[in-house]
Amino acid sequence: MKEASTKTDPAIERAEAQLEFGATEDQYRVKLEMFEGPLDLLLYLIRQEDVSIYDIPIARITEQYLEYVRAMHELDIGVAGEFLLMAATLIHIKSQMLLPRDPDAAEEIEDPRAELVYQLLEHQKFKSAANVLYQRATMEAAAFTRASTETDQNNPEVAATVFQLFEVFREVLNRRQAITEIEIARDEMTMAEKVAEIKLLLAEGAEVRVREIFERAGSRREMVVIFLAVLELVKELAVRLVQSETFGEIVLTKREEVVSG
Amino acid sequence: MTIDELKPIIESLIFVSEEPIGEKQLGALLEGESIEDVEAACEQLVDEFNTRGGGLEMRRLAGGYRITTRPEFSEYVRRYLKSQPSARLSIAALETLAVIAYKQPITIPEILEIRGVTSTSAIKTLLDRRLIVARGHKQVVGRPMLYGTSKEFLIHFGLNDLSELPNLEDFEDLMSM
Repeated sequence: MKEASTKTDPAIERAEAQLEFGATEDQYRVKLEMFEGPLDLLLYLIRQEDVSIYDIPIARITEQYLEYVRAMHELDIGVAGEFLLMAATLIHIKSQMLLPRDPDAAEEIEDPRAELVYQLLEHQKFKSAANVLYQRATMEAAAFTRASTETDQNNPEVAATVFQLFEVFREVLNRRQAITEIEIARDEMTMAEKVAEIKLLLAEGAEVRVREIFERAGSRREMVVIFLAVLELVKELAVRLVQSETFGEIVLTKREEVVSG
Repeated sequence: MTIDELKPIIESLIFVSEEPIGEKQLGALLEGESIEDVEAACEQLVDEFNTRGGGLEMRRLAGGYRITTRPEFSEYVRRYLKSQPSARLSIAALETLAVIAYKQPITIPEILEIRGVTSTSAIKTLLDRRLIVARGHKQVVGRPMLYGTSKEFLIHFGLNDLSELPNLEDFEDLMSM
Protein backbone atom coordinates (compact mmCIF):
# COMPACT_ATOMS: atom_id res chain seq x y z
CA MET A 1 0.00 0.00 0.00
CA LYS A 2 2.90 2.25 0.68
CA GLU A 3 3.96 1.66 -2.86
CA ALA A 4 0.60 2.77 -4.15
CA SER A 5 0.71 6.06 -2.33
CA THR A 6 4.18 6.91 -3.56
CA LYS A 7 3.18 5.95 -7.08
CA THR A 8 0.55 8.64 -7.17
CA ASP A 9 2.82 11.64 -6.79
CA PRO A 10 5.55 11.57 -9.44
CA ALA A 11 3.80 13.88 -11.90
CA ILE A 12 3.54 16.64 -9.35
CA GLU A 13 7.02 16.01 -8.06
CA ARG A 14 8.33 16.19 -11.57
CA ALA A 15 6.59 19.48 -12.15
CA GLU A 16 8.11 20.87 -8.99
CA ALA A 17 11.52 19.46 -9.75
CA GLN A 18 11.43 21.17 -13.09
CA LEU A 19 10.66 24.43 -11.43
CA GLU A 20 13.68 24.11 -9.20
CA PHE A 21 16.14 23.15 -11.88
CA GLY A 22 19.41 24.97 -11.87
CA ALA A 23 20.41 27.05 -14.85
CA THR A 24 23.17 24.90 -16.30
CA GLU A 25 23.15 24.99 -20.04
CA ASP A 26 22.16 21.45 -20.85
CA GLN A 27 19.00 21.82 -18.80
CA TYR A 28 17.76 24.77 -20.79
CA ARG A 29 15.61 22.77 -23.12
CA VAL A 30 13.77 20.88 -20.41
CA LYS A 31 13.28 24.00 -18.43
CA LEU A 32 11.98 26.09 -21.26
CA GLU A 33 9.55 23.49 -22.45
CA MET A 34 7.75 23.18 -19.20
CA PHE A 35 6.80 26.82 -18.89
CA GLU A 36 3.14 26.83 -19.61
CA GLY A 37 3.26 30.46 -20.58
CA PRO A 38 4.85 33.82 -19.87
CA LEU A 39 3.27 34.07 -16.42
CA ASP A 40 4.80 30.74 -15.50
CA LEU A 41 8.20 31.91 -16.64
CA LEU A 42 7.86 35.15 -14.69
CA LEU A 43 6.84 33.34 -11.54
CA TYR A 44 9.82 31.07 -11.92
CA LEU A 45 12.20 34.01 -12.29
CA ILE A 46 10.69 35.79 -9.31
CA ARG A 47 11.03 32.69 -7.17
CA GLN A 48 14.58 32.12 -8.32
CA GLU A 49 15.58 35.68 -7.55
CA ASP A 50 13.85 35.30 -4.22
CA VAL A 51 12.13 38.65 -4.53
CA SER A 52 8.69 39.68 -3.39
CA ILE A 53 5.91 39.34 -5.87
CA TYR A 54 4.55 42.68 -4.57
CA ASP A 55 7.81 44.48 -5.27
CA ILE A 56 9.28 43.06 -8.43
CA PRO A 57 12.64 44.50 -9.46
CA ILE A 58 11.34 45.11 -12.96
CA ALA A 59 14.66 45.96 -14.61
CA ARG A 60 16.36 42.80 -13.40
CA ILE A 61 13.43 40.50 -14.07
CA THR A 62 12.84 42.00 -17.51
CA GLU A 63 16.45 41.43 -18.41
CA GLN A 64 16.31 37.80 -17.37
CA TYR A 65 12.98 37.29 -19.04
CA LEU A 66 14.37 38.58 -22.33
CA GLU A 67 17.38 36.34 -21.93
CA TYR A 68 15.12 33.33 -21.70
CA VAL A 69 13.11 34.38 -24.72
CA ARG A 70 16.36 34.85 -26.62
CA ALA A 71 17.50 31.41 -25.50
CA MET A 72 14.26 29.97 -26.80
CA HIS A 73 15.00 31.51 -30.15
CA GLU A 74 18.51 30.11 -30.17
CA LEU A 75 17.29 26.66 -29.27
CA ASP A 76 14.83 26.91 -32.08
CA ILE A 77 11.84 26.54 -29.83
CA GLY A 78 8.96 28.31 -31.41
CA VAL A 79 8.37 31.28 -29.17
CA ALA A 80 4.66 31.69 -28.78
CA GLY A 81 3.21 35.13 -29.30
CA GLU A 82 2.23 35.33 -25.64
CA PHE A 83 5.89 35.33 -24.61
CA LEU A 84 6.61 38.26 -26.91
CA LEU A 85 3.54 40.13 -25.73
CA MET A 86 4.72 39.77 -22.15
CA ALA A 87 8.19 40.94 -23.15
CA ALA A 88 6.63 44.07 -24.59
CA THR A 89 4.55 44.58 -21.44
CA LEU A 90 7.62 44.24 -19.24
CA ILE A 91 9.59 46.75 -21.28
CA HIS A 92 6.66 49.11 -21.18
CA ILE A 93 6.44 48.86 -17.38
CA LYS A 94 10.20 49.30 -17.10
CA SER A 95 10.14 52.48 -19.16
CA GLN A 96 7.23 53.85 -17.16
CA MET A 97 9.14 53.31 -13.97
CA LEU A 98 12.20 55.04 -15.34
CA LEU A 99 10.26 58.15 -16.25
CA PRO A 100 10.62 60.86 -13.67
CA ARG A 101 7.38 61.44 -11.85
CA ASP A 102 5.57 64.62 -12.47
CA PRO A 103 6.14 66.57 -9.24
CA ASP A 104 2.98 68.58 -9.88
CA ALA A 105 0.76 65.54 -10.07
CA ALA A 106 -1.65 65.90 -7.20
CA GLU A 107 -2.77 62.34 -6.75
CA GLU A 108 -0.78 59.22 -6.22
CA ILE A 109 0.09 57.57 -9.52
CA GLU A 110 -0.66 53.90 -9.65
CA ASP A 111 2.33 51.59 -9.59
CA PRO A 112 2.83 50.54 -13.23
CA ARG A 113 3.47 47.02 -11.96
CA ALA A 114 0.11 46.73 -10.24
CA GLU A 115 -1.74 45.00 -13.06
CA LEU A 116 1.07 42.55 -13.65
CA VAL A 117 1.24 41.72 -9.94
CA TYR A 118 -2.49 41.10 -9.90
CA GLN A 119 -2.19 38.84 -12.92
CA LEU A 120 0.69 36.91 -11.35
CA LEU A 121 -1.16 36.45 -8.09
CA GLU A 122 -4.25 35.22 -9.90
CA HIS A 123 -2.17 32.86 -11.95
CA GLN A 124 -0.46 31.48 -8.88
CA LYS A 125 -3.77 30.99 -7.11
CA PHE A 126 -5.05 28.91 -9.98
CA LYS A 127 -1.85 26.93 -10.06
CA SER A 128 -2.37 26.07 -6.40
CA ALA A 129 -6.00 25.24 -7.12
CA ALA A 130 -4.90 22.96 -9.96
CA ASN A 131 -2.60 21.23 -7.51
CA VAL A 132 -5.47 20.63 -5.10
CA LEU A 133 -7.59 19.27 -7.94
CA TYR A 134 -4.77 16.95 -8.90
CA GLN A 135 -4.56 15.56 -5.39
CA ARG A 136 -8.30 15.14 -5.14
CA ALA A 137 -8.44 13.28 -8.46
CA THR A 138 -5.70 10.95 -7.30
CA MET A 139 -7.60 10.18 -4.12
CA GLU A 140 -10.83 9.72 -5.99
CA ALA A 141 -9.28 7.42 -8.58
CA ALA A 142 -8.37 5.06 -5.75
CA ALA A 143 -12.01 4.50 -4.80
CA PHE A 144 -13.77 2.02 -7.04
CA THR A 145 -17.44 1.51 -7.67
CA ARG A 146 -18.92 -1.87 -8.35
CA ALA A 147 -18.84 -3.21 -11.90
CA SER A 148 -21.85 -2.33 -14.00
CA THR A 149 -24.90 -4.49 -13.48
CA GLU A 150 -27.09 -6.14 -16.05
CA THR A 151 -29.82 -3.82 -17.19
CA ASP A 152 -31.86 -3.62 -20.34
CA GLN A 153 -29.34 -1.21 -21.85
CA ASN A 154 -26.37 -3.08 -20.58
CA ASN A 155 -26.99 -6.74 -21.08
CA PRO A 156 -24.46 -9.00 -22.73
CA GLU A 157 -26.94 -11.81 -23.09
CA VAL A 158 -30.57 -11.82 -24.00
CA ALA A 159 -32.31 -15.00 -23.03
CA ALA A 160 -33.50 -16.71 -26.17
CA THR A 161 -37.08 -17.90 -26.33
CA VAL A 162 -38.24 -21.27 -27.57
CA PHE A 163 -39.62 -19.49 -30.63
CA GLN A 164 -36.21 -18.16 -31.52
CA LEU A 165 -34.79 -21.60 -31.06
CA PHE A 166 -37.46 -22.95 -33.38
CA GLU A 167 -36.58 -20.24 -35.88
CA VAL A 168 -32.97 -21.41 -35.99
CA PHE A 169 -34.12 -24.96 -36.36
CA ARG A 170 -36.33 -24.06 -39.30
CA GLU A 171 -33.60 -22.03 -40.92
CA VAL A 172 -31.18 -24.92 -40.82
CA LEU A 173 -33.88 -27.26 -41.98
CA ASN A 174 -34.52 -25.06 -45.00
CA ARG A 175 -30.88 -24.89 -45.84
CA ARG A 176 -30.80 -28.65 -45.68
CA GLN A 177 -33.49 -28.92 -48.30
CA ALA A 178 -31.45 -26.93 -50.75
CA ILE A 179 -28.63 -29.39 -50.56
CA THR A 180 -29.17 -32.63 -52.36
CA GLU A 181 -30.28 -35.07 -49.83
CA ILE A 182 -28.33 -38.18 -49.43
CA GLU A 183 -30.11 -40.72 -47.34
CA ILE A 184 -27.80 -42.48 -45.05
CA ALA A 185 -29.08 -45.52 -43.34
CA ARG A 186 -28.79 -45.00 -39.66
CA ASP A 187 -29.87 -46.69 -36.58
CA GLU A 188 -32.91 -45.25 -35.01
CA MET A 189 -31.83 -42.72 -32.45
CA THR A 190 -33.72 -41.80 -29.35
CA MET A 191 -34.11 -38.46 -27.70
CA ALA A 192 -32.44 -39.80 -24.58
CA GLU A 193 -29.33 -40.57 -26.62
CA LYS A 194 -29.28 -37.04 -28.00
CA VAL A 195 -29.75 -35.56 -24.56
CA ALA A 196 -26.78 -37.54 -23.35
CA GLU A 197 -24.77 -36.49 -26.40
CA ILE A 198 -25.41 -32.80 -25.87
CA LYS A 199 -24.65 -33.12 -22.19
CA LEU A 200 -21.36 -34.73 -23.10
CA LEU A 201 -20.56 -31.86 -25.48
CA LEU A 202 -21.37 -29.37 -22.78
CA ALA A 203 -19.23 -31.21 -20.30
CA GLU A 204 -16.28 -30.98 -22.68
CA GLY A 205 -16.63 -27.34 -23.62
CA ALA A 206 -18.25 -24.36 -22.03
CA GLU A 207 -20.82 -23.75 -24.73
CA VAL A 208 -22.40 -25.37 -27.75
CA ARG A 209 -23.80 -23.53 -30.74
CA VAL A 210 -27.28 -24.73 -31.49
CA ARG A 211 -26.79 -24.21 -35.21
CA GLU A 212 -23.74 -26.45 -35.20
CA ILE A 213 -25.42 -29.39 -33.57
CA PHE A 214 -28.29 -29.12 -35.96
CA GLU A 215 -25.97 -29.00 -38.93
CA ARG A 216 -24.10 -32.03 -37.71
CA ALA A 217 -27.27 -34.07 -37.95
CA GLY A 218 -27.36 -36.69 -40.66
CA SER A 219 -31.03 -36.46 -41.47
CA ARG A 220 -34.12 -34.42 -40.94
CA ARG A 221 -35.28 -37.00 -38.54
CA GLU A 222 -32.15 -36.68 -36.48
CA MET A 223 -32.58 -32.90 -36.44
CA VAL A 224 -36.06 -33.25 -35.09
CA VAL A 225 -34.77 -35.53 -32.38
CA ILE A 226 -32.01 -33.05 -31.53
CA PHE A 227 -34.53 -30.25 -31.39
CA LEU A 228 -36.64 -32.22 -28.96
CA ALA A 229 -33.53 -33.08 -26.97
CA VAL A 230 -32.63 -29.40 -26.62
CA LEU A 231 -36.14 -28.60 -25.49
CA GLU A 232 -35.92 -31.42 -23.00
CA LEU A 233 -32.65 -30.08 -21.63
CA VAL A 234 -34.15 -26.63 -21.25
CA LYS A 235 -37.11 -28.13 -19.45
CA GLU A 236 -34.82 -30.05 -17.14
CA LEU A 237 -33.08 -26.72 -16.42
CA ALA A 238 -29.82 -28.40 -17.29
CA VAL A 239 -28.89 -25.76 -19.87
CA ARG A 240 -29.35 -22.07 -20.60
CA LEU A 241 -30.20 -20.77 -24.02
CA VAL A 242 -28.33 -17.58 -24.73
CA GLN A 243 -28.64 -15.30 -27.72
CA SER A 244 -26.29 -12.37 -27.66
CA GLU A 245 -28.26 -10.35 -30.20
CA THR A 246 -31.58 -10.56 -31.96
CA PHE A 247 -31.39 -13.16 -34.77
CA GLY A 248 -27.87 -13.96 -33.57
CA GLU A 249 -26.37 -17.32 -32.81
CA ILE A 250 -28.11 -19.22 -30.05
CA VAL A 251 -25.70 -20.84 -27.68
CA LEU A 252 -26.32 -23.57 -25.14
CA THR A 253 -24.47 -23.21 -21.89
CA LYS A 254 -24.45 -25.44 -18.91
CA ARG A 255 -26.52 -24.14 -16.07
CA GLU A 256 -24.47 -23.85 -12.92
CA GLU A 257 -25.24 -26.69 -10.57
CA VAL A 258 -27.70 -25.55 -8.04
CA VAL A 259 -26.80 -27.00 -4.72
CA SER A 260 -30.04 -28.07 -3.20
CA GLY A 261 -30.25 -27.68 0.52
CA MET B 1 -41.75 2.58 7.13
CA THR B 2 -39.41 3.20 9.99
CA ILE B 3 -35.94 4.50 9.33
CA ASP B 4 -34.55 1.10 10.22
CA GLU B 5 -36.76 -0.43 7.55
CA LEU B 6 -35.78 2.21 5.01
CA LYS B 7 -32.04 1.82 5.46
CA PRO B 8 -31.54 -1.60 3.85
CA ILE B 9 -33.72 -0.61 0.89
CA ILE B 10 -31.79 2.61 0.37
CA GLU B 11 -28.51 0.79 0.74
CA SER B 12 -29.46 -1.62 -2.03
CA LEU B 13 -30.55 1.26 -4.28
CA ILE B 14 -27.30 3.14 -3.78
CA PHE B 15 -25.43 -0.06 -4.44
CA VAL B 16 -27.01 -0.66 -7.84
CA SER B 17 -27.13 2.93 -9.06
CA GLU B 18 -24.57 3.75 -11.73
CA GLU B 19 -24.31 7.39 -10.71
CA PRO B 20 -24.52 8.93 -7.28
CA ILE B 21 -28.19 8.79 -6.35
CA GLY B 22 -29.81 11.69 -4.49
CA GLU B 23 -32.47 11.89 -1.79
CA LYS B 24 -35.01 13.14 -4.29
CA GLN B 25 -34.64 10.15 -6.56
CA LEU B 26 -34.57 7.81 -3.58
CA GLY B 27 -37.74 9.47 -2.29
CA ALA B 28 -39.45 8.96 -5.64
CA LEU B 29 -38.54 5.28 -5.61
CA LEU B 30 -39.74 4.88 -2.03
CA GLU B 31 -43.24 6.15 -2.66
CA GLY B 32 -44.87 7.80 0.27
CA GLU B 33 -41.78 8.15 2.40
CA SER B 34 -40.85 11.62 3.56
CA ILE B 35 -37.64 13.19 2.29
CA GLU B 36 -36.67 13.82 5.92
CA ASP B 37 -36.82 10.12 6.69
CA VAL B 38 -34.87 9.26 3.56
CA GLU B 39 -32.24 11.84 4.51
CA ALA B 40 -32.02 10.52 8.05
CA ALA B 41 -31.67 6.95 6.79
CA CYS B 42 -28.90 8.01 4.38
CA GLU B 43 -27.01 9.81 7.11
CA GLN B 44 -27.26 6.81 9.40
CA LEU B 45 -26.02 4.57 6.62
CA VAL B 46 -22.99 6.81 6.06
CA ASP B 47 -22.24 6.60 9.78
CA GLU B 48 -22.63 2.86 9.79
CA PHE B 49 -20.30 2.44 6.84
CA ASN B 50 -17.71 4.61 8.53
CA THR B 51 -17.88 3.01 11.97
CA ARG B 52 -17.83 -0.49 10.54
CA GLY B 53 -14.37 0.14 9.07
CA GLY B 54 -14.95 -2.35 6.27
CA GLY B 55 -13.73 -2.34 2.71
CA LEU B 56 -16.51 -0.09 1.49
CA GLU B 57 -17.38 3.49 2.18
CA MET B 58 -20.48 5.50 1.50
CA ARG B 59 -20.12 9.17 0.75
CA ARG B 60 -21.98 12.18 -0.52
CA LEU B 61 -20.85 12.89 -4.04
CA ALA B 62 -22.16 15.17 -6.79
CA GLY B 63 -25.41 15.75 -4.92
CA GLY B 64 -26.06 12.08 -4.24
CA TYR B 65 -24.73 9.07 -2.42
CA ARG B 66 -22.27 6.53 -3.65
CA ILE B 67 -20.77 3.34 -2.31
CA THR B 68 -17.13 2.75 -3.26
CA THR B 69 -14.22 0.70 -2.08
CA ARG B 70 -11.92 2.44 0.35
CA PRO B 71 -8.95 4.15 -1.31
CA GLU B 72 -6.58 2.35 1.10
CA PHE B 73 -7.24 -0.90 -0.72
CA SER B 74 -6.88 0.45 -4.23
CA GLU B 75 -3.69 -1.49 -4.82
CA TYR B 76 -5.51 -4.80 -4.38
CA VAL B 77 -8.55 -3.73 -6.32
CA ARG B 78 -6.35 -2.60 -9.20
CA ARG B 79 -4.52 -5.90 -9.09
CA TYR B 80 -7.82 -7.69 -9.51
CA LEU B 81 -9.18 -5.34 -12.17
CA LYS B 82 -5.78 -5.32 -13.87
CA SER B 83 -6.32 -1.60 -14.32
CA GLN B 84 -3.91 1.27 -14.35
CA PRO B 85 -4.85 4.64 -12.97
CA SER B 86 -6.43 6.45 -15.90
CA ALA B 87 -4.42 8.93 -17.91
CA ARG B 88 -3.66 12.03 -15.92
CA LEU B 89 -4.62 15.47 -17.06
CA SER B 90 -1.70 17.60 -18.14
CA ILE B 91 -0.71 20.55 -15.99
CA ALA B 92 -2.10 22.87 -18.67
CA ALA B 93 -5.45 21.05 -18.65
CA LEU B 94 -5.60 21.04 -14.84
CA GLU B 95 -4.87 24.76 -14.62
CA THR B 96 -7.43 25.53 -17.28
CA LEU B 97 -9.94 23.37 -15.42
CA ALA B 98 -9.18 25.19 -12.17
CA VAL B 99 -9.84 28.53 -13.86
CA ILE B 100 -13.13 27.25 -15.29
CA ALA B 101 -14.18 25.70 -11.96
CA TYR B 102 -13.72 28.95 -10.06
CA LYS B 103 -14.83 31.43 -12.69
CA GLN B 104 -17.65 29.60 -14.44
CA PRO B 105 -19.35 30.28 -16.69
CA ILE B 106 -16.34 31.61 -18.55
CA THR B 107 -15.30 32.11 -22.18
CA ILE B 108 -12.04 31.07 -23.82
CA PRO B 109 -10.78 34.68 -24.17
CA GLU B 110 -11.40 35.21 -20.46
CA ILE B 111 -9.42 32.07 -19.65
CA LEU B 112 -6.61 33.37 -21.85
CA GLU B 113 -6.61 36.60 -19.88
CA ILE B 114 -6.11 34.76 -16.60
CA ARG B 115 -3.67 32.14 -17.78
CA GLY B 116 -1.74 34.40 -20.15
CA VAL B 117 -1.67 31.57 -22.65
CA THR B 118 -4.13 30.05 -25.08
CA SER B 119 -5.96 27.01 -23.77
CA THR B 120 -7.65 25.61 -26.89
CA SER B 121 -6.16 22.13 -26.73
CA ALA B 122 -6.69 21.95 -22.97
CA ILE B 123 -10.35 22.92 -23.50
CA LYS B 124 -10.70 20.17 -26.08
CA THR B 125 -9.23 17.58 -23.70
CA LEU B 126 -11.58 18.71 -20.94
CA LEU B 127 -14.59 18.56 -23.26
CA ASP B 128 -13.56 15.10 -24.49
CA ARG B 129 -13.33 13.88 -20.92
CA ARG B 130 -16.69 15.50 -20.19
CA LEU B 131 -15.25 17.43 -17.25
CA ILE B 132 -16.60 20.67 -18.70
CA VAL B 133 -19.69 21.45 -20.71
CA ALA B 134 -20.77 24.31 -22.93
CA ARG B 135 -23.17 26.62 -21.13
CA GLY B 136 -24.52 28.69 -23.99
CA HIS B 137 -23.19 31.90 -25.46
CA LYS B 138 -22.13 35.04 -23.74
CA GLN B 139 -24.21 37.97 -24.96
CA VAL B 140 -21.29 40.10 -26.08
CA VAL B 141 -19.77 40.82 -29.49
CA GLY B 142 -18.88 37.54 -31.18
CA ARG B 143 -21.12 35.60 -28.79
CA PRO B 144 -18.28 33.43 -27.44
CA MET B 145 -19.15 30.06 -25.91
CA LEU B 146 -19.37 29.88 -22.14
CA TYR B 147 -17.96 26.89 -20.32
CA GLY B 148 -18.67 25.40 -16.92
CA THR B 149 -17.88 22.24 -15.02
CA SER B 150 -20.03 19.12 -15.32
CA LYS B 151 -21.41 16.56 -12.89
CA GLU B 152 -18.58 14.35 -14.11
CA PHE B 153 -16.20 16.98 -12.76
CA LEU B 154 -17.70 16.68 -9.28
CA ILE B 155 -17.44 12.89 -9.43
CA HIS B 156 -13.90 12.94 -10.79
CA PHE B 157 -12.66 15.21 -8.02
CA GLY B 158 -14.77 13.74 -5.24
CA LEU B 159 -16.85 16.84 -4.62
CA ASN B 160 -20.43 17.00 -3.47
CA ASP B 161 -20.94 20.44 -4.99
CA LEU B 162 -18.88 23.41 -6.12
CA SER B 163 -18.97 24.99 -2.67
CA GLU B 164 -16.60 22.23 -1.57
CA LEU B 165 -13.84 23.65 -3.73
CA PRO B 166 -11.16 25.14 -1.50
CA ASN B 167 -11.45 28.89 -1.20
CA LEU B 168 -9.25 30.65 -3.75
CA GLU B 169 -8.39 33.41 -1.32
CA ASP B 170 -6.89 30.86 1.06
CA PHE B 171 -4.22 30.19 -1.52
CA GLU B 172 -3.22 33.83 -1.33
CA ASP B 173 -2.55 33.55 2.40
CA LEU B 174 -0.50 30.48 1.70
CA MET B 175 1.65 32.35 -0.79
CA SER B 176 2.41 35.34 1.35
CA MET B 177 3.75 33.09 4.09
